[in-house]
Amino acid sequence: MSENVVVIGGGPAGIEASRRLRDLGYTPILIEKEPVLGGHLARWDRLFPDGVEARSVLDPMLQDLDGIKYFTDTTVSSINRLKDTWVVKLSNGLSAQVRAILLSTGFDLFKAEKKEEYGYGIYERVITNAELEDWFKAGAVPQFEGVHTIGFVHCVGSRDEKAGNRQCSKVCCVTAVKQACEFKEKHPEVTVYCFYMDLRMFGRKFEDLYLKAQKEHGVRFVRGRVSEVSEDIDGHLFVKAEDTLFGKPLKIKMDMLVLMCGMTPADGTPELARMVSIPMGEDGFLVPASIVGAPCIAPREGIFFAGTSTGPKTIPETLGEASAAALAIDRYLKTTARR
Amino acid sequence: MIDFGYGLTPSATLRIENVQNPLFEELHRREPDVAKCIACGSCTASCSAGCFTEMSLRRVILSLQRGREKEILPMLQHCMLCGKCQLVCPRGINTRHLILSIGKVYGPADQKEEVRP
Ligand SMILES: Cc1cc2nc3c(=O)[nH]c(=O)nc-3n(C[C@H](O)[C@H](O)[C@H](O)COP(=O)(O)OP(=O)(O)OC[C@H]3O[C@@H](n4cnc5c(N)ncnc54)[C@H](O)[C@@H]3O)c2cc1C
Ligand code: SF4
Ligand code: SF4
Ligand code: SF4
Repeated sequence: MSENVVVIGGGPAGIEASRRLRDLGYTPILIEKEPVLGGHLARWDRLFPDGVEARSVLDPMLQDLDGIKYFTDTTVSSINRLKDTWVVKLSNGLSAQVRAILLSTGFDLFKAEKKEEYGYGIYERVITNAELEDWFKAGAVPQFEGVHTIGFVHCVGSRDEKAGNRQCSKVCCVTAVKQACEFKEKHPEVTVYCFYMDLRMFGRKFEDLYLKAQKEHGVRFVRGRVSEVSEDIDGHLFVKAEDTLFGKPLKIKMDMLVLMCGMTPADGTPELARMVSIPMGEDGFLVPASIVGAPCIAPREGIFFAGTSTGPKTIPETLGEASAAALAIDRYLKTTARR
Repeated sequence: MIDFGYGLTPSATLRIENVQNPLFEELHRREPDVAKCIACGSCTASCSAGCFTEMSLRRVILSLQRGREKEILPMLQHCMLCGKCQLVCPRGINTRHLILSIGKVYGPADQKEEVRP
């Protein structure tokens, strides 16, 4: 009988690692707290940098789950060390005794209402990047009548000590530019602004997307962080920022504002970390044995990581790390003899 | 001297390679957070004085870093120490305290505290 490995979190990282572990001859037990697998990828419509459909990435993964035991709507109730194994008890009453556990619990979107000065949850026309994806996916933007000007606010809840998140979420700059282009494709008559502090277009083809936004779509980039948003009696939004390149404060009337919420550590991860006695980083993400040399390996025997549970990543980075984690687990299981 | 009708124009280039900036170093010693500024402009955008005057804390900080205090210090007279900038600064800089420290380090001699050599 093939050896079981527990994988906690059924997003891109967890699914991909499970498939690779299965290919290597193990039986992954994949645990997902939500009713469906897919994590955040299941929510996105089209992906940067090329605009491929998220479904075209996720569906083939979901059609290839043979040999993987997966449980949705399920969480971990307890994990205990027994000799050289971990005993994992699940909320559905089942339990598993394994030598290796992969933590692929991903991220949570920053809760935009925490940044009160941007008015999310107070002003109707302030929405989040994830909500805009929902709209794109549904094929229609509601309340669209009368929208002439829309703004994307970068770094919402990222790079912000007040919000308790110092890190850069890495994917939201390019997501903003992607969404701005998509918006212009659907509604060329709308004026689109991006308010940014730094444009972090680090990946292959990201800069091309930026160029496209400027050249083809005339997206207007303003180098200044939005400091506050207010609303007038008709529901228009007034956005305040400094145009730091021009050196003057600016105030602009908008019909809609999209907040680029960043990545924060997933809610349940600290509890899991406590169960297996590993530390959380100061930033709330899991900490590998070596962030450079061994990003998938925890500083504790038999515990492994993949994906955004150790910090913001793109999907290709996440998938690459998932494969790497499967190999690291394989090596660990082959080189440590069962006691 | 013969007047050729033109003269040498002083270079407009900012030369920063050998800037000796003891005042800024002193400010940094008292107020280490001054170095945390990322020039995002939130302070300037929210500034109560900025709508009516040239006051821009972001520019003040940058100019002090570059040793250009003469151009910028008069701005600070417009500051009302209302603290709005502190509410919005993403780097959590205690901006009011910083502004007071700038006054102590750079202010007129009679108001200035002894600057350590
Ligand atoms: C707005 C936005 C747009 C993006 N667009 C793109 C894009 O176009 N292209 C791209 O490459 N990347 C994009 N990304 C990044 C991409 O979403 C991530 O790289 C990817 O989702 C990471 O996968 P993951 O498996 O690590 O985490 P997740 O997708 O977060 O999956 C984690 C899974 O674990 C589950 N889970 C969490 N905790 C527990 C627990 N305690 N027990 C059981 N299950 C648990 C969650 O329910 C979830 O299903 C975007 C990100 C954002 C924020
Ligand atoms: S990727 Fe861009 S928007 Fe996102 S946190 Fe980093 S700088 Fe801000
Ligand atoms: S404290 Fe001074 S600089 Fe800050 S917002 Fe108030 S007036 Fe402007
Ligand atoms: S808000 Fe803070 S970080 Fe931004 S420019 Fe002002 S002082 Fe610097």
